[in-house]
Order: sequence, then structure tokens, then C-alpha cells
Amino acid sequence: MALKTEPFVINVGPQHPSTHGVFRMRLTLDGEVIIDMEPVLGYLHRGIEKLAEGRTYTQNIPFTDRLDYLASMSNNLAYVLAVEKLAGIPVPERAEYLRVIMAELQRIASHLIGVGAFLNDCGAFMTPFLYMFREREKILDLFEMVCGQRLTYNYMRIGGVSHDIPDEFLPALDKFVSRMPGFIDEYDQLLAQNEILLARAKGVGILPKKLAINISASGPVLRASGVKWDIRKADPYSVYDRLEFDIPTGSVGDCYDRYWVRIQEIRQSVRIIRQAVEQLPPGEVRTEVPHLLHPPVGEAYGHIEAPKGELGFYLVSDNSIAPYRFHVRAPTLINLTALRDMMIGWKVADAVAIFGSIDICLAEVDR
Amino acid sequence: MAIFNYYPQTLSPDWPGGYWLHWGVFVVIILAFVMAMIMGFIWFERRGLGRFQVRLGPNRAGPFGLLQPVADAIKVLIKEDIIPAKGDKLVHWLAPVVAFVPALMIFAVVPFHDGALLADLNIGILYVVAVSSVGVVGIFMAGWGSNNKYSLIGAMRAVAQMVSYEIPLALSIIGVVLIAGSLSMNSIVEAQNIPFILLQPLGFIIYFLAACAEINRTPFDLLEAESEIVAGFHIEYSGMKFAMFYLVEYCEVLAISAIITTLFLGGWRGPLLPPFLWFLIKVFGVFFLIFWVRSTIPRLRIDQVMAFAWKCLLPLALINLVITGIEVIALPPALLWTVMFLNLAIVVLLILLWSKFFRLGGGRVEV
Repeated sequence: MALKTEPFVINVGPQHPSTHGVFRMRLTLDGEVIIDMEPVLGYLHRGIEKLAEGRTYTQNIPFTDRLDYLASMSNNLAYVLAVEKLAGIPVPERAEYLRVIMAELQRIASHLIGVGAFLNDCGAFMTPFLYMFREREKILDLFEMVCGQRLTYNYMRIGGVSHDIPDEFLPALDKFVSRMPGFIDEYDQLLAQNEILLARAKGVGILPKKLAINISASGPVLRASGVKWDIRKADPYSVYDRLEFDIPTGSVGDCYDRYWVRIQEIRQSVRIIRQAVEQLPPGEVRTEVPHLLHPPVGEAYGHIEAPKGELGFYLVSDNSIAPYRFHVRAPTLINLTALRDMMIGWKVADAVAIFGSIDICLAEVDR
Repeated sequence: MAIFNYYPQTLSPDWPGGYWLHWGVFVVIILAFVMAMIMGFIWFERRGLGRFQVRLGPNRAGPFGLLQPVADAIKVLIKEDIIPAKGDKLVHWLAPVVAFVPALMIFAVVPFHDGALLADLNIGILYVVAVSSVGVVGIFMAGWGSNNKYSLIGAMRAVAQMVSYEIPLALSIIGVVLIAGSLSMNSIVEAQNIPFILLQPLGFIIYFLAACAEINRTPFDLLEAESEIVAGFHIEYSGMKFAMFYLVEYCEVLAISAIITTLFLGGWRGPLLPPFLWFLIKVFGVFFLIFWVRSTIPRLRIDQVMAFAWKCLLPLALINLVITGIEVIALPPALLWTVMFLNLAIVVLLILLWSKFFRLGGGRVEV
């Protein structure tokens, strides 16, 4: 007698420990195997793009903090780059270097969370996560020194940064930079050759190179698939053209490669910070900009290599004090579009691991 | 200290008071022991995990946070007891009891001292294997009765996993039984002039791994897999019923630690200290090993867990059985030390061989 079976629909999220916020996956299961997956977005939609159209250019900076709250500095940077492009505002050199230092520190902090959360999704009971929080805490201390905030920094300004760094910042940064490589080695020892992590991540959730390019993926997700594309090299902004660093790329595009690329990028970020601190010139940190900025009629697209991918701000000006259009190219939303292709045919446990390996922040996906 | 020596002396076979008094006293002792030890284990694990995870762990309630389990117990007792509207009420109500009773029953045959046990069954270890496999019924009832999809997945995983791991578990015990020449727990301890872990290293490893799977400990904690199916079978439980499942979890860990202590580590035997203290030290040692593993490594996937049972543990257990059988029949007892080193060499060889040729689980399924 043949038993009648039917697929099993299960909602993962919006309240679920490993959906990194309020993402919802509608999984159709055959036993444990995923035969269909439908992402449901929008639980955290706050209408930031529309809100921004009613505020001045400077007032919009705090909104960007609340996009990807794990990488506020990068969001600030991308937005002010776009405004500076739009209004043609020069930036003092010292401010450029400070921006690079902050953006790279932010990249380390964001990748630490990304990797830690991915391992948590693989079932490592909080340990890697908390190890990585230990280092992230030091970065947050540095940020607190600079701008008084630990999560939503609002540090970058149009034409520079809000404050110069305090005296105790550089010694503290130096201490952090000298200790960080040791911590990365510690993670490598714990994780890189861990048999269970290899079994769970190697070959799982492969994103082929061609598909990655077709969906316009970016950031570590794209580089893990073997595409050497990094905005810092491809379209250098700020002072990245004066700094030396490599772009780590994966070969297969599986979860393990995405994990590995992030760890390598932390190493490269440490390298960049070292050089930026050496080259840091004295001088002003901010160009005087009128409070009510009236950029000329036109449009501008400022993009940076944010920790999670290419973060872009597209601004249209009608010569008023507020942007006529404020669009965010959110890297994680675009990276998420590959989720279904990566997930089909894998098991429930893999779904969570694959999802974790993309490293999304729902505040940015839904905006 | 006197009490440790007083009780065993009075509990000799012709103990005054007869059968029923012996029975009554031991039921109280076991209940008190189990409850106290569970409290101790919860505290020990939470503090220990805290240390592993570079944090402090609970340290507010009482000295060193020793009263934390008490606070937890009170909290859980005064919580509302919720039964899902469409759940199977009787099954849902009965499940924690069905899961808890067998876990407690195991202690009937665990010797705390020479002859100090509730019932010195001549089939002691067989009784343990039989009783401990009843627990899965309770877990399946919980998963089924909750009428929740996550619970059902957890319950299905539980059945598949536990039934599979029973086999290597039982086979690895037979090696010990062959050497000891008895199924009685007390006789097994008496036979251990050197702890059986030295004579049966492979048996110990297999038993330890299979037992971890039996009691759902990381890396085999698939049925509660927090990051995947939230809490698995007990997702719909609250209040005292949830506390029962919590107790079951620790009661099983305690039982497994006690059995490993009895079978492989020489039970209550040891120099200088009173036997009961030796027993406790060894139990805590085994438990420490179990949660050390928990805090260190990620979780396996369901197919990998099943493959590990059938392709790795089962053949190794059979090989262990054959080798032990040959040694018991062919080798004279005088060659004890030779056997020890021979067995160690065999373990290293077999594990190297398996780690080279054994690959965990399948990959993607075409759908």
C-alpha cells in the first residue's frame, strides 16, 4: 500500500531565533527537504525613503544610521558621499582618512557579527558569537570615544566628519589593531578546520558565479562565488586608491567560502587601518557647509563597499532643501534574491545556515 | 563524612528493617539525590558555559549564583500553564510524565557505593538500556500532542535519531559486559580493578557519542535545535510542564554520567576519598566533558547524524565487540597491560581509518 503524502508548509519567522530580525520564509517541505521557499519581506518597513524626502540633507544622516544598524558608519559614509557629489563639496584630507578608518572598523564589527551569527545558526551554542562580541565591544568603545554613540553614530557630516578624534583615540586604536590579528588566528584555530563546520558549510548553498553576477549580488556573497569585485578597487572613493589591500575571493560560492571571505576581509581591514593611521595628516576635519544646503538641480549616485555589499544612495535634487528622491540600493535585499535558488533541495537545517551565511540586516532590507 | 560510611555499612544484604524499609529509604535517597544533583548540574553548566563563552554566567542569586536554579524553579512554577487549543490535551498532559519517569527509573540500578543501590538486578545494564529507550515515547507524545509543526519535526527527528543510536549504544556496552562477566551494575564496578575505559577505549568513545545523541546534547541536539526548529518538541510547553522537560534533560544527563562512571570509570572505586565522593567527582567530570562539547562545536544535520550512527558508530561497535570477544577468550588475564596498549593502538588506527574514508552525510537533493 502506498501511503499518501503531501508537502508540509512551515513558516520560519517572522518571530524565529535565527531570522536575524523579522524575515519570514515560507518553506514547503518534503520530510526535511525543502522543495519550495517563498521569502516574505516588509515586517520592518518604516518608509525611510519617503521620510527622507521631507527632511533636509543634513537631517537625513541619522536616518541612514537606522538602515543597517550593524554598520551605521558605512551608511553615513555612503550617504554623505552622494550628497557631496550632488553639491560638489570638497572634503578635507584628514576627514577622508578618518572616514576610511571608521568605515574599516565598522566592516570588522559587522563581519564579526555576520560570522558569529552564521555559526550560531549552524548550532554552535553562542560560543563563537560571544567570542566575536568581545572584539566588537572594543570597536564600539572606539566609536564611543569619537562620537559618544555605540550603535547609531551619526558621525559623518556633509563635507567631513562631526568631530576630530580625541587624544586617547589613536593609542586605543593602535592597541586594538595590534591585538586583532591574534584574535583572528584564534577564530581560525577554533573554526576553520572544525570537522562539523566543514560538514555543515562546505558545498552547502552554492551560489554559482554566473547567477551571482546575474542577480547583481555584491560584497562577500559575490566574492565568495569567485568574482573579484570590490568598489574600493573598482571605483575608488575617499582615499582607498592610496591604500594597499587585497580582495579575498572564494572559489565555490558555498557557505564556507562566504564565511572564509569575511574572515579574510577582517584581516585586510586591519591592514587598511594600519596604513590609514600612518598616513593620517593633520588639519581640518570639516568643510563649512551652509545649514540649509541647496544642491543644484541634478542627480547623484554615491556608492561604497559596505560590509554587506555595494551600498548606494541615489539622490535627485530639485534645488530645494530636501532631496526630491532618496533611494537606497540595499546590498542585502539584492543578495537575498538568490536565497530561493540556493536553498531548494537542501534540508531545514541548511536553510538556516544558508540564510545566515548571506548576513543580512532586516532594517536595511525593508527600510 | 560519617554518613558516607554509615549508610553502606547498614545496607548490607541482611540489613535490619527488611525489604520494604530498604525500598522506602532508597526511593527517598534517589529522589533527593536526583533533584539536588539536577540543581547542581544546572548551576555547574550555566557557570561553566559562561566561562567557556568569555562571560561570567549567573552570579546574582546567592553566593556564586548558587541559588539561580532555585530562582529558575520558582519562576517556572508560577508561570501560566498553556495548553494549545487544538492540541491533543491528554497526550500533551501526559508527555512530560512519560518522559520523566524512565529517566528517574534508571537510578534504581546505579550503585553509589558497594551494594548501595535500590535494586541490584542481575540484568542491571540491560534494564538501563530498556528503560532509557522509553523516554523517546514521551518526547514523541509531546511533539504530537502540541499540534505544532516545529514540534512535529522535532519529534520525528527524535524518533529517527534515538532509535538509531540505541544500537551502537547497546553494542558498546556488551564489550564491558564481556570483560566483567556480569550484567549487574554492582558486579561491573567490582570487576574494575582498572577502570574499563583503559581496556575499552573504543567502547567508551562509542558509548559517549551514542549517549550524547540519546540525551540530545550538542552536536546531536537536533530535536530542540534552537536555531532551526526553535525548541522542537517542547515549544508549546510552559510552566511546570516545561520545567518537567527541563528536568528530564538534566536527569538524563545525570543518568548517562552515572552510567558512564559505573561502566567505564570504575564507579565508586577510588583511593583515599569516600566512595560516594568518588562517584560524585566522576559524575561531575563526565558532565563537564558533555557540556564542554556543547559549548565548543556546531550541530550536525539530520542526515549527517543518521549517517554517523549507521556508517561510523555501528561498524566500529561491531569491530569493538569482535576484538573484545577474541581478547576475552584467547588472551590470559596476565597480559592486561598488553591488552590495554593493544586496544589503544586499535582505537587510534580505526579512528584514523574512519576519518579518512568516512564522509558525513549527503548533499543536495534534486527536487
